[in-house]
Amino acid sequence: MSGLFGPMMVIFWKDVLLELRSRDLVVSVVVFGLLVVVVFNFALNNTPGRSEELAPGILWAAFAFAAVLSMNRAFVRDQEQGGLEGLLISPVSRDAIFLGKALTSLIFMLLVEAALLPIYAVMLDFSALSWYLMLTIFLGTLGFAVVGTLFSAMAVQTRSREIMLPVLFFPVLLPVIIAAVEATTRAVGGETFIGLGRWLPLIGVFDALFLVVCPWIFSFVVEE
Amino acid sequence: MANTQSMERSDSLGGFPSIKTILALITGVMMLVDLYFIFMVAPTDSVLGHVQRVFYFHVPIAIVSFLAFFVVFIASLGYLMKRTSKWDAIAHASAEIGVVFVTLALLTGIIWARPVWNTWWTWEPRLTTTMILWLIYVAYLMVRSYAPTRSKGAIYAAVVGIIGFIDVPIVYYSVVWWRSIHPSPVVGPFAQADALDGTMALVLLFSLITFLFFFAYMVAERMELRNTEEALGRIRFTLRRRGR
Repeated sequence: MSGLFGPMMVIFWKDVLLELRSRDLVVSVVVFGLLVVVVFNFALNNTPGRSEELAPGILWAAFAFAAVLSMNRAFVRDQEQGGLEGLLISPVSRDAIFLGKALTSLIFMLLVEAALLPIYAVMLDFSALSWYLMLTIFLGTLGFAVVGTLFSAMAVQTRSREIMLPVLFFPVLLPVIIAAVEATTRAVGGETFIGLGRWLPLIGVFDALFLVVCPWIFSFVVEE
Repeated sequence: MANTQSMERSDSLGGFPSIKTILALITGVMMLVDLYFIFMVAPTDSVLGHVQRVFYFHVPIAIVSFLAFFVVFIASLGYLMKRTSKWDAIAHASAEIGVVFVTLALLTGIIWARPVWNTWWTWEPRLTTTMILWLIYVAYLMVRSYAPTRSKGAIYAAVVGIIGFIDVPIVYYSVVWWRSIHPSPVVGPFAQADALDGTMALVLLFSLITFLFFFAYMVAERMELRNTEEALGRIRFTLRRRGR
């Protein structure tokens, strides 16, 4: 069980199996995502003419809330049954544990977003068939998953853990949310001040930076 | 018990004034001189009038709060590497004082923005970044106190101290790009040479040094308070074990 990729996939597959058997995460987060759109539609008075400027914001607000909601659960199952301690005493590197959990969060969120995107496209009246949009969603969600997994591992240990994750998550993820909204506006055909050429690299740099920093810091978070 | 007493005695260095006392004296004198400079010596701004004087508080406070979070970053790295309580004490004290300073920077900034930009608040890059800094370091203090144990709290706080600080430049540039219409900063990397009158610049510099001493004094005071808290905790622990 040495190496990075093997253990990472085992941890990922364990969470996928748990989810397949319980189905309590992805479905509920999708329903939550629909509720967010209904609320925003009335809060912002989204009329057909304005949807191009409002849709990217609503889309990413919903994705960000959904990401926090689903990542709040990322370590709960491991924590409750003492599974995380089992993982930590097994001969697996901390990087593999972190990357496995982050991969789980990434895939779950991409599934949720894949289910929500066509519905949003219909309800908010924009065209989702754009490679740039897909790339923006992938890069943005990767940023959510990497930083969110690290904070989730901390938040699950604290008192009032449901509130701790969003309090940590939103300020740090603000650049990703700004850049993703702007890139999405451009991708669905709206006008922005500067184009994708700057926003996508910004999310890319954020992702790369925290992909390096977070696994290293995770080893301090889970140590006894 | 004897242990705690001997520790207290070694702290005060047998009658010599401690670093904290010296810092308190310097800060007190400089603060009075600084107030004199700001209200008596600095010329009144020809356009804005007296309200411009809040500038001599706002800019030093903002710079010192950024410095405080840099200290938190360095001390957090130090704590994760070395695991000595000293590093954590520096990070903790600096973060608490930093949050107070950044709150003051936001409040004085709001007072400053009203006459200058004709609005209390604008989502301009420096304002937004300062607001995000406030949120990140409030989260830092929350995580520290909500953690299951003291040592876990110290580690979690160090994590937020590092991640938060790395994040700040990215926040800044994302907001710069988001809203490219904003007035150019007066001091800092983009300073224009003729933006400030000579006397004004000197008063600003003096005020900055004053607030640096003030910050150092507050950190020293907070670290000593933390030592007392820890000593008190040990006494309570001992008493509880003896069945009191």
